[in-house]
Amino acid sequence: MPMNRRSFLSTTAAMTGTALLPQAVMASDTIKLGSILDTSGIFDAYGKPMDMAMRLAVKEINAAGGLLGKEVEVVAYDTQSDMALYSQYGQQLTRQDRVDVVHGGILSASREAIRQTMRKTKTLYFYNVLYEGGVCDGNIFINGVTPAQQVEALVPYAMGKSGPKVYILAADYNYGQITARWIQKFVAENGGETVGVDFFPLDVSDFGSTIAKIQAVGPDLVIAPLVGGAHLSFFRQWAAAGMKDRIPLASTTLGVGNEHKVLTPAEGDGIMVAYNYSQELDTAANIAFKDKWSAAYGDSGMIHELAVSNYQGMLTWAEAVRQAGSIERAAVIAALETGLSIEGPAGRVTVDPKTHHAVLDVHLMEIENQGMRVVETLPQRQPIDTQSVCDLKVNPGDNIQYEIEI
Amino acid sequence: MPGQVHNPGGLQKDLMATVIVTGLLVWLMPMLISTYTLTVLIIYGMLGLSLGLIWGFGGILCFGQAAFFGLGAYSYAIAAINFGESTLPMILAVLVPAVVAALLGALMFYGRLTDVYLGVITLVVTLILFKFVNSTAGPQYVIGKARLGGFNGIPGFQTLNVPGRPEAYIWGDAYFYVCAVLLALVFVLVTVLLRSSFGRVAVGIRENETRMSLMGYDVRARKTILFAIGAAIAGLAGALFANWGEIVTPSLFSLGQSAEIIIWCIVGGLGTRLGPILGAAGLAYLKFLLGQQSLVDNTLITGLILVLFVLFLPRGIVPAVSGLWQSRIGRGRRSRRPQTRRGAISRERFNG
Amino acid sequence: MDLSFVILVEMLYAVSSLILISAGLAVVFGMMKVINLAHGEFMMMGGYATITAVNLGVNIFVSMLVIAPITVGLIGLIVERLVIRHLYGRLVDTMLATWGLSLFFIGLATMIFGNTTTGISTPIPGFAIGNFQINGYNFFIIVVSALLLVGMLAVLKSTRAGLIARGAMQRPDMAAALGYSPNRIYMATFFCGSALSGLAGAVLAPLVGLVPTSGGAYIAKAFITVIAGGPSLIAGLFSSAGLFGVVSQVFTFAISPVIGEVALLVAAVILLRLLPQGITGKFFKGKL
Repeated sequence: MPMNRRSFLSTTAAMTGTALLPQAVMASDTIKLGSILDTSGIFDAYGKPMDMAMRLAVKEINAAGGLLGKEVEVVAYDTQSDMALYSQYGQQLTRQDRVDVVHGGILSASREAIRQTMRKTKTLYFYNVLYEGGVCDGNIFINGVTPAQQVEALVPYAMGKSGPKVYILAADYNYGQITARWIQKFVAENGGETVGVDFFPLDVSDFGSTIAKIQAVGPDLVIAPLVGGAHLSFFRQWAAAGMKDRIPLASTTLGVGNEHKVLTPAEGDGIMVAYNYSQELDTAANIAFKDKWSAAYGDSGMIHELAVSNYQGMLTWAEAVRQAGSIERAAVIAALETGLSIEGPAGRVTVDPKTHHAVLDVHLMEIENQGMRVVETLPQRQPIDTQSVCDLKVNPGDNIQYEIEI
Repeated sequence: MPGQVHNPGGLQKDLMATVIVTGLLVWLMPMLISTYTLTVLIIYGMLGLSLGLIWGFGGILCFGQAAFFGLGAYSYAIAAINFGESTLPMILAVLVPAVVAALLGALMFYGRLTDVYLGVITLVVTLILFKFVNSTAGPQYVIGKARLGGFNGIPGFQTLNVPGRPEAYIWGDAYFYVCAVLLALVFVLVTVLLRSSFGRVAVGIRENETRMSLMGYDVRARKTILFAIGAAIAGLAGALFANWGEIVTPSLFSLGQSAEIIIWCIVGGLGTRLGPILGAAGLAYLKFLLGQQSLVDNTLITGLILVLFVLFLPRGIVPAVSGLWQSRIGRGRRSRRPQTRRGAISRERFNG
Repeated sequence: MDLSFVILVEMLYAVSSLILISAGLAVVFGMMKVINLAHGEFMMMGGYATITAVNLGVNIFVSMLVIAPITVGLIGLIVERLVIRHLYGRLVDTMLATWGLSLFFIGLATMIFGNTTTGISTPIPGFAIGNFQINGYNFFIIVVSALLLVGMLAVLKSTRAGLIARGAMQRPDMAAALGYSPNRIYMATFFCGSALSGLAGAVLAPLVGLVPTSGGAYIAKAFITVIAGGPSLIAGLFSSAGLFGVVSQVFTFAISPVIGEVALLVAAVILLRLLPQGITGKFFKGKL
């Protein structure tokens, strides 16, 4: 889209915003933080712990005296797993509540539903979720793991433990499609062969025929970027058919919403994954984080990858505000673009100035007894997928989600 | 009164009332609710009206009104990406659903499908559309320049502009006024339609299909046309929704969306023009408000509302209130309101 | 050879699971002309009842085959007394009320169990057919649904209760005139229908991850199967489940699971266009 349209929209947005609200909030004495997550509906297994992590972070920030001497006030909306409500609350947050920053969005669809609104209204936006990569937009900061950070490490590891013939079962949407392509790329690069790719809409829960099909093809390894509750059935049916000891499994998503805690050890053990966080991370930072969580909510069992991402996103933002000494968007972005780092529960997270993505640790893990046992830690991995297409230093006005050609 | 379509000689009065009420609401409502939220309430109102027309006045219970809503939105989005200007896409968004509905309607009505079976077909068609659009994430699903995007939908298309001037966007408050005026126009069109002989025959068909066909009316053709008109209105609402949300996703086609439209009609009042609009706007606003609290699960409340309405206020709010109003001011003798006869209809169907 | 046997088993399984998920709805619709749109949620509650019971240490088969049906049956009974009985004869209203109930139960389950996926593993191990591993639980489902059909047939044909039920189904007024209170018959029918839904949900629970919204995945399929089956209860259920199960599996194996589902839906449209009253509106007339 042309540049002039955006500037036109954003200025008029600011104007109508004030016109709509005669009682316009003047320079307030709190910092307003907008949060927009699915805390009910089918995605709330992701959203609820994220919401808890956000509130925990705010509590800590305020207990330490707030930011710039001001208290942080949360304005949170539950989007009820309904993509239309994202547009609605996104507008509400930016035009009526006039928040200083927005953290939130879970599915890629929800991010795309509000990203342009945030941009038009010049509201700084943090998307703290593992995703398919490629978003290039100066107004958004993303600290989730992208395919290159994760798949590049997972594929050779899993192939090394099994063999060169790989079968891919992916969720049929943006994330699954793009991740499947990355897997194919890395399988080829590691001298393997992709013998089959199947896509499943998010509501498919019967994998019987697929399991028969896979056996007819006979791969050495199955990689499954499957998403959500219905797809969890695959792992269960796979084990029920007695396949688990025959063909090893790897996944890029299992466990992100603590799915591995639903599977029994017999069903889950041995599945290979790679993420930024695991409850079983044996670091001082993680133990301290789990203690804080338990103190606030009683039980730390709910913590998952996305909750920690959200928490780390909050820390990153707070640190940037402190360094900028201001909550002005431009100043905070400038502070973030210095490549600032924070130490989160999952280790060091550094903002990549070029892409607004994050440089972070990725852990190769195997599911074991409903936990994720760390096999190997790959420190400070760059988001090279997005880096290959996006450079906000050179092209600060970029506003697109690139689909990386492979 | 809103429900009284058959009131003779009142067309002008009706039109006047529509203009005045619309004017008042457009002036007053933005003081209470932000125009952005109001816009979507208006759009849902139009969607409610589309089903209210074919179900309340034509007796066609469509479980898949969302299919036409989604088709309108997708037609708009795809065309807008390809043309880069919004006028033709808006027209297409009305035409495509209407044509699809005409074909589907012909298939159903000429096959003499009625009541539950009609419901199943419309439901199934919605599911097929949903499943298809939902599985188009791959790069091979492209129409012109537009990727269908699967589950994630299509973002970033050209939004509504002043006809002929692609850079002059209509949005924010202006867009609210456009939507309000369009809803008023559709409302007037529906009013005129229902007052025409076509509308009166449609109501006749709802009441007794056999009688009307014996009187020489081509029931199948008329039902098909009415169905297509309803779809056109839903398509327009879909295009407006696409412009409002600036993204279209397969959830527009979902069963949940279809069911929601049915609830709007029930709660608002079937067999009235105003009921579905008010039901839609009211319930959508309630859903919006409920999202701001986390004490009780929102789905639970929605469900409870529906159950309570069916049990205690099966005719919906508008007929109940207007009934109360009429009895209060002593016009009870004119109580031949064309109130909904859902109960009666379905009883007939199953005994017959 | 092995593969074709595996495919045959998968087809039988698809047909059986369609019968299973539609049986409760079919009983309620066939007998009472009530379409219970909360059917999927009854299944969901059956699943939760099983999982809760198993977690409390009850044997899994007892939980699935006894506890879940009774629990859900009782919930159905409460629902019938509080809501459905006020709406008899009003088809559309019952659909709407039960749809409201379905939302209500989703909300309730979310508040009680949370939205996190839960589940139990299958109690029957997989086994090998030639070079192929196959899910042993599929056979269990095939057996359960076969027994279910036979059981329903036996009850309707050769017990007094079945006779009364059939009578009330065909001529409610006559049954009432003969002194059988339709009220009580309907109550019992709804109890049985709900229990069947609970059973279906329980038996399928080990195969899927359960969330409060799981029911939504079944209701459309069950609805289509029942309506396409037409007026006869068992013949309709069997014929339409057979047709749809085979069609969807053929396309699933030949192309993909999505195409399989779409093929099922397209088959339903074509079928209803050709036979507007469902399969048994034309064939097997007068059968059960």
